[in-house]
Amino acid sequence: MPVRLETTGAAAVAHAMRQINPDVVAAYPITPQTPVVEYFATFVANGEVDTVMVPVESEHSAMSAVVGSAAAGARTMTATAANGLALMVEIVYIAASYRLPIVMPIVNRALSGPINIHCDHSDAMLVRDSGWVQLFCENHQEAYDMTIIATKLAENEKVLLPVMVNLDGFITSHGADSFEMLEDEKVREFVGTWEPKYPLLDIAKPVTHGSIDMFDYYFEHHRQQEEGMENAYNIIPEVFAEFEKLTGRKYDYLDLYKTEDADYVMVVVNSTASTAKYVVDEYREKGIKVGLVKPWVFTPFPKESFKNALNGKKAVVVLDRAMSFGKEAPLYTLVKSSLYDISEKPAMGSFVYGLGGRDVTPHMLREAFDAAINGELELDKQKYLGLRD
Amino acid sequence: MPGLKGWKEVPIAGVVDTPATAREYETGKWRVMRPIVNKDKCINCMQCWLYCPDMAITGKTSTETKNGLDMAGIDMKYCKGCGTCAAVCPVKAIEMKPETEFLK
Repeated sequence: MPVRLETTGAAAVAHAMRQINPDVVAAYPITPQTPVVEYFATFVANGEVDTVMVPVESEHSAMSAVVGSAAAGARTMTATAANGLALMVEIVYIAASYRLPIVMPIVNRALSGPINIHCDHSDAMLVRDSGWVQLFCENHQEAYDMTIIATKLAENEKVLLPVMVNLDGFITSHGADSFEMLEDEKVREFVGTWEPKYPLLDIAKPVTHGSIDMFDYYFEHHRQQEEGMENAYNIIPEVFAEFEKLTGRKYDYLDLYKTEDADYVMVVVNSTASTAKYVVDEYREKGIKVGLVKPWVFTPFPKESFKNALNGKKAVVVLDRAMSFGKEAPLYTLVKSSLYDISEKPAMGSFVYGLGGRDVTPHMLREAFDAAINGELELDKQKYLGLRD
Repeated sequence: MPGLKGWKEVPIAGVVDTPATAREYETGKWRVMRPIVNKDKCINCMQCWLYCPDMAITGKTSTETKNGLDMAGIDMKYCKGCGTCAAVCPVKAIEMKPETEFLK
């Protein structure tokens, strides 16, 4: 029987990693990712997993070590946050281009400066073009589930791409909540074993990874990468369906909350969605038809699902917990462009919120909904929630 | 680019899935300077063969030379024109000439 645990999101992720039992984990601690690696290191020390744990001297080394390990053919994981991810970036791109199915929980935190260790999504948005699949999680259960799903998705032979599992720093990683944990053997059966196509350590079939790739083939390899991402898009529903069979928990590209008959829809990722669902219910009690779209899958961006969910709505507000200085906020820009050719375009508004861990209250979310309801949205003007004038 | 494969035909990620494929990579295409050997000066010492980073110098045994070796020429498929052979030649029998002189 599955068990219910009351613990932190970091522990939930670490338990998923324990059950997946990766061959190698190389990681460097950074707030608020630290407890993920700390819990997992305890499982290693207690002999509960077969994992070789590599404590490295920086995140750049962590990502380099997992690239080497995954190229060797080992099931490999790491985890990081914010500035740690920024230090990794060079190798983050390379991991994707080498088509290595590494799974990496990202405990979302502000990138700084000035220095800040609290939640926002600037770290995830920094690597939105790196070629990793990016999944987003509202709570402990989703962070646990998506870590397991990520492993199966990444290692699919048509995909072979690394996957990031995003959960909100402190709010999810350090907050206590309950989640349902599957039996170890059920998880191991679900993820199976990875049979790498080009393992570096297979001396019977010698291969070269990482040779120089010039103007003659680099372009072709990047086109292949895009194919891998398109395959990921097509295979995600299969993996979700298989996971649903195992757990009864249904995932999709988008979590649609009361959107079917909604006139006004909010789009937001991760933990803020919980607050937003509460606010949606408040409006619904007053008879105002509002709804929420929470993307579980950000990369590959589920354009079609957005079109279907938002066509014909009166207004859509997109909330970004990151800024793209001088340009539209990252989630807004993608939602807006995906609605370019729908028949009945909604009014749209962009709201930046919660930077550097700024608390997100129901009041702030009502502000955005009210702007939509009162026809006060401006398509090309970025607005802010919870910012002092 | 003629002779090159399309994106559906090559292994993903730039993996080289067969060993010893270096011969298929004709580095001679890089060359801007061409080594010209003056066999009248050459003493078949094979220093060029020893130093050539691309193993582009052809050598063979011979009964007609004093040391029993023959510097038989340079394989232009692989010679990338680095000039190492010319630099190490003790009798200056190799001259580097611009490729433009050989354009037809």
